[in-house]
Amino acid sequence: MSVAFVRDRDAPLRPPPPGTAGALGWLRANLFAGPGNSLLTLLLGLALGWLAWSVLDWAVLRAVWTGSGREACAIPDAGACWPFVWEKFPQWIFGFYPLDERWRPLAVMAIGAAALAPMMVPGAPGKQANALFLLIAYPAIAYVLLAGGAFGLEPVETSSWGGLLVTLVVAVTGIVISLPLGILLALGRRSELPVVRTASIVFIELWRGVPLVTVLFMASVMLPLFLPGGVTLDKLMRAIIGLSLFASAYIAEAVRGGLQAVAKGQTEAGLALGLSRGQVTRKIVLPQALRISIPNIVGIFIGLFKDTTLVLVVSIYDFLGIINAGLQDAKWAAPQTANTGYFVAALVYFAFCFAMSRYALFTEARLEQAGKR
Amino acid sequence: MKNKLITLMLGAAASVAIAGAATAGTLDDVRQHGFVQCGVSQGLMGFSVPDAQNNWTGMDVDFCRAIAAAVLGDATKVKFTPLTAKERFTALQSGEIDVLSRNTTWTMSRDTSLGLKFAGIMYYDGQGFIVNSKKHANVKSVNDLAGATICTQSGTTTELNIADYFKSQKLDYKLLTFEKNDEAIAAYQDGRCDAYSTDQSGLYAQRLKMQVPDDNLVLPEIISKEPLGPVVRQGDDAWFNVVKWVYFALVNAEELGLTSQNVEDMKKTSTNPEIQRLLGVASSDGKAAGFGIGMGLDEGWAEAAIKQVGNYGEIFDRNVGQGSPLKIERGKNALWKDGGLQYAPPVR
Repeated sequence: MSVAFVRDRDAPLRPPPPGTAGALGWLRANLFAGPGNSLLTLLLGLALGWLAWSVLDWAVLRAVWTGSGREACAIPDAGACWPFVWEKFPQWIFGFYPLDERWRPLAVMAIGAAALAPMMVPGAPGKQANALFLLIAYPAIAYVLLAGGAFGLEPVETSSWGGLLVTLVVAVTGIVISLPLGILLALGRRSELPVVRTASIVFIELWRGVPLVTVLFMASVMLPLFLPGGVTLDKLMRAIIGLSLFASAYIAEAVRGGLQAVAKGQTEAGLALGLSRGQVTRKIVLPQALRISIPNIVGIFIGLFKDTTLVLVVSIYDFLGIINAGLQDAKWAAPQTANTGYFVAALVYFAFCFAMSRYALFTEARLEQAGKR
Repeated sequence: MKNKLITLMLGAAASVAIAGAATAGTLDDVRQHGFVQCGVSQGLMGFSVPDAQNNWTGMDVDFCRAIAAAVLGDATKVKFTPLTAKERFTALQSGEIDVLSRNTTWTMSRDTSLGLKFAGIMYYDGQGFIVNSKKHANVKSVNDLAGATICTQSGTTTELNIADYFKSQKLDYKLLTFEKNDEAIAAYQDGRCDAYSTDQSGLYAQRLKMQVPDDNLVLPEIISKEPLGPVVRQGDDAWFNVVKWVYFALVNAEELGLTSQNVEDMKKTSTNPEIQRLLGVASSDGKAAGFGIGMGLDEGWAEAAIKQVGNYGEIFDRNVGQGSPLKIERGKNALWKDGGLQYAPPVR
């Protein structure tokens, strides 16, 4: 007689082989998977550690934190010269904006940030009203606040703007102008109307074929000579237009890539359903194309943000430009002053670009889910 | 999105201003605007630098202030326009600025073919040398640099000037050139070369950025001519005269011992006819001196400039000389009677 053996419960789980689970296992799988891998890990770890230590040592441990001139920072073996930053920082943000009027750019930045924040959170209410405010009311408010000359605000010429303020104004205006323009150009390039198509192609190729520095120089040096005697066009204005047109040509190509990636069947299906061409483009093709183009578009925006430093060649003091000008102050001339200034510049540019990049990733992931549904 | 564009367009239209054609008379334009539009460098130690409170300081800056004081009676009535080296002449030609005071070297081609006029020489610059005085304690002049290795930036006239000068002095030397100025300075500081060469005012600025500035000696010789001065548009002689004579007034004031401190007293008490003429004091028979009027300015033009900005020596001292961190020697910028080149025609 045999006894039927039917197991009615799981066998107890056995522990995984030693060294394949937990932190140790992760280390082994990812960092020390073989002799070559281990060596690489060690070397890179050492290099990274050395780099981190050097930065920490220079920026914190050996740094000078207080003082009121070059004597404080010119001591032997000194690291970063922070008092230089404390004294100059407001100027780095506002440029030569009059001291008593600095609340105005601050208000513009605060309103912008407050209005933009809920736009970036997917579930936040009032998106439509907010968008209308940002696109219609905000530019007007920002312009009036910054330039003044109305409502009893003292006029401030754009030549007095500078620092991070100018970097943001140029970058944000550039982005806001270049995106719609770029989309129109991309659609124009694929248009079946020969005039529109040719015009778009000529525009895109012309702007892509010219270096940005040349564009800015043309706008700043050549343009005044062509204008009738004595008429001057605002310099910042010229730079923004140049930069926006330049970026729009690149955006157009990024969007065109997206448009081409949308299968032709989508358009045909839309037309078969009786939608008009405009409807097909707006409701079927563009949404898909833009989703595909997001990484490229954000790449162009990040490039645009960094390219704003080039306005220095037309003597507009952007963030980097104003730091450079401050380095010429004999009061702060010391061996580490320049390094400190550039260190701060790098941190600020990185913060902005990294934030843009992360937000783009987040958006992409969200849209990706929508696509999978 | 379009609205932002329109907003900006309107802004541009509003800021399209009539700067006044060059031929209409810059002096009248300046009076009408109520300020002097002055083109300066984007930042050059001792010549034009913005401080943390947005005030511009420096020699080039002070010269514009002196013009404003002479023309408008108020040294603060200046609008500074920072310009890159490439933009500066266009800005002047297009009427964006009234005077270019931006460490610009007076050369023949610039003077004759650009439609511009140089109004004077504010600063006699030129290529010089700096040596580590700790390592080379016995080097006191370029003639002691025989056999030395010299660091400099490549592809500039600096390189050629060294070759010419050392050849004419029959001195041996070795040149170590670098693509970038910063690299050349780093090499000098690391001791890879005995001397570093660039424009002398630049040497002083670089010296200040070194660990122990006093361990480095700027040699007295200048081996090239880089006369820096203010520039105005050609064809507006009245304005040219004003700018030129403001500069002369500053130099004459130093020669006559007029300073920002004593100019008011001297105007009342001095019996020196040269001072009386410069300051527009009526002579004993009651006749006005008339020199300011002759230029289209007030009689008090020179007094205002000297009182509010100082004489040439004061401007030099405060910005680049012993009263500043740069501590540049007067050298060639001393008055002619002290062995320098600063010389102004008499007010007569």
